[in-house]
Amino acid sequence: MMPNAAHSVPLPKRLLGFFAVLIAATAAFAVIGVILGMVGTFVFNGGSGVTWTFLSEFPRNSNTEGGIWPALAGTTFLVLLMTILGVPIGTATAIYLSEFARQDSWFARSVRFAVNTLAGVPSIVFGLFGVGFFVQFMGSGIDGFLGTSSFGDGSLIWASATLAVLTLPVVIVSVEESLRTVPRDLREASLALGATRWQTITKVVLPNAVTGILTGSILAVGRGAGEVAAIIFVGVTYSSESLPSAVTEKFMHLGYHLFVLSTQSPDVDKTLPLQYATTLVLLGLTFLLNLTAILIRSRLRKR
Amino acid sequence: MAKEHTVKIEAHDFNFHYGAKQALFNINLSIPERRVTAFIGPSGCGKSTFLRSINRMNDLIDGTRVEGHMVVDGTDVYDKDVDVVTLRRRIGMVFQKSIPFPKSIFENITYGLTLNKKVSKSDLEEVVETSLRKSALWEEVKDRLHNSALSLSGGQQQRLCIARAVAINPEILLMDEPCSALDPISTGKVEELIAELKDTYTIVLVTHNMQQAGRISDQTGFFLMGSLIEFDRTRTIFTSPAMKETEDYITGRFG
Repeated sequence: MMPNAAHSVPLPKRLLGFFAVLIAATAAFAVIGVILGMVGTFVFNGGSGVTWTFLSEFPRNSNTEGGIWPALAGTTFLVLLMTILGVPIGTATAIYLSEFARQDSWFARSVRFAVNTLAGVPSIVFGLFGVGFFVQFMGSGIDGFLGTSSFGDGSLIWASATLAVLTLPVVIVSVEESLRTVPRDLREASLALGATRWQTITKVVLPNAVTGILTGSILAVGRGAGEVAAIIFVGVTYSSESLPSAVTEKFMHLGYHLFVLSTQSPDVDKTLPLQYATTLVLLGLTFLLNLTAILIRSRLRKR
Repeated sequence: MAKEHTVKIEAHDFNFHYGAKQALFNINLSIPERRVTAFIGPSGCGKSTFLRSINRMNDLIDGTRVEGHMVVDGTDVYDKDVDVVTLRRRIGMVFQKSIPFPKSIFENITYGLTLNKKVSKSDLEEVVETSLRKSALWEEVKDRLHNSALSLSGGQQQRLCIARAVAINPEILLMDEPCSALDPISTGKVEELIAELKDTYTIVLVTHNMQQAGRISDQTGFFLMGSLIEFDRTRTIFTSPAMKETEDYITGRFG
């Protein structure tokens, strides 16, 4: 006679299992609760503040009135430029790591080590690096060479470059992951037809990895859009009369604007509605970017 | 041996290593032109490694090393001045899993052709039709050449892979267990196809299926633990093998 499996487990063990599940489920609910609570707070307090005028107007009266248009536009310029600078380098690195490098070579291992380290560096350190390397070394160098004086100060281009470096790990990891999901068989089929390695990469591997490259870029943009610490030294400004007209000009930024509103304003309490509304816009932007990443991924996966 | 046929592929004391592990030991054999040569043997015996050494597909694996000679048309393919890309254009390959590119049927077949030169649309159309006819797929797909190749059935996909390999007009076709993922009907079609293709191509086939080797090959080689135990006319191998190991394997007493 086979005893029923459920009865053969002693009661204490079954109780233990029950509590384990209970704790895990509670933790999961807590996560949802935190997110809902956070989003709820900002929607409740800031929802009415997000109007077309708020989005399209310049701040007035020392940032205590008006809208966030230059910060919204500045953030957009910043992440666009960051993407243009960072994604090609990240993609190229990922292609090298996945397609060309011998996996056990010291060089590949060093690159991987660098990528992992980069991912764990606090963002303020990137900011300092941006000042030291991009602004003072490269910018001043370019100025000295061209005889100009526009590059040797923090600006849109150096902030974008700093963020590009900061988001490199995100791009590299997600692109490399998607390159690795392209079946080895597909590469071999291409090579067996007399394609070179490079042809195989451009014609077979990359088209199959396009999802990963897009998601990687969008995740990088999402990360970059919300980043403040890394750019406070390299070109962001708390107030601007006009949108930047060149990449060597200073710019406003949503996250930094929020910081300014909540700490640097002459009347912080008066700016509270603005803070809630700005936060909601920033949250919405990040959410939208992540949602786009998810949609692209599932769309292309179905294909 | 089929003496009336010229030798197309020859191995002389060919050794192959994956890192510290030797996978092939002193292989010597001659593969005649325009015949079907089959390699049989248990998993891991080295038959696929040998096949993939002919068009140097094993180059892609880190840490591999060869000794001895693999000669195709009188040239050692492992010579320093041999261009692998050119070599692979002369030696088509069909894999175990049918793996069309996620492109249209038409683009799959023209892939190899358009890699290095511009080919006119009418020439491409001609090659597509000829290759599909050669691989007995034309009638089934002629109305949907621009549909995704992934919409084909498994058997059709494998014949498409054969058409794709044939399209670049190689002299040799290497087939690595081309029917192992196919149902019996599709297998039958691919086997018929191989029998037709051998008039034009030198075919080297690796198979797990001894009946298949018996049905379609002219000569058969038996690999065991990295060594070529016996290589002879297929009829001889299956009726009166010289070696005890071969007999044990083909009669199922292996192990």
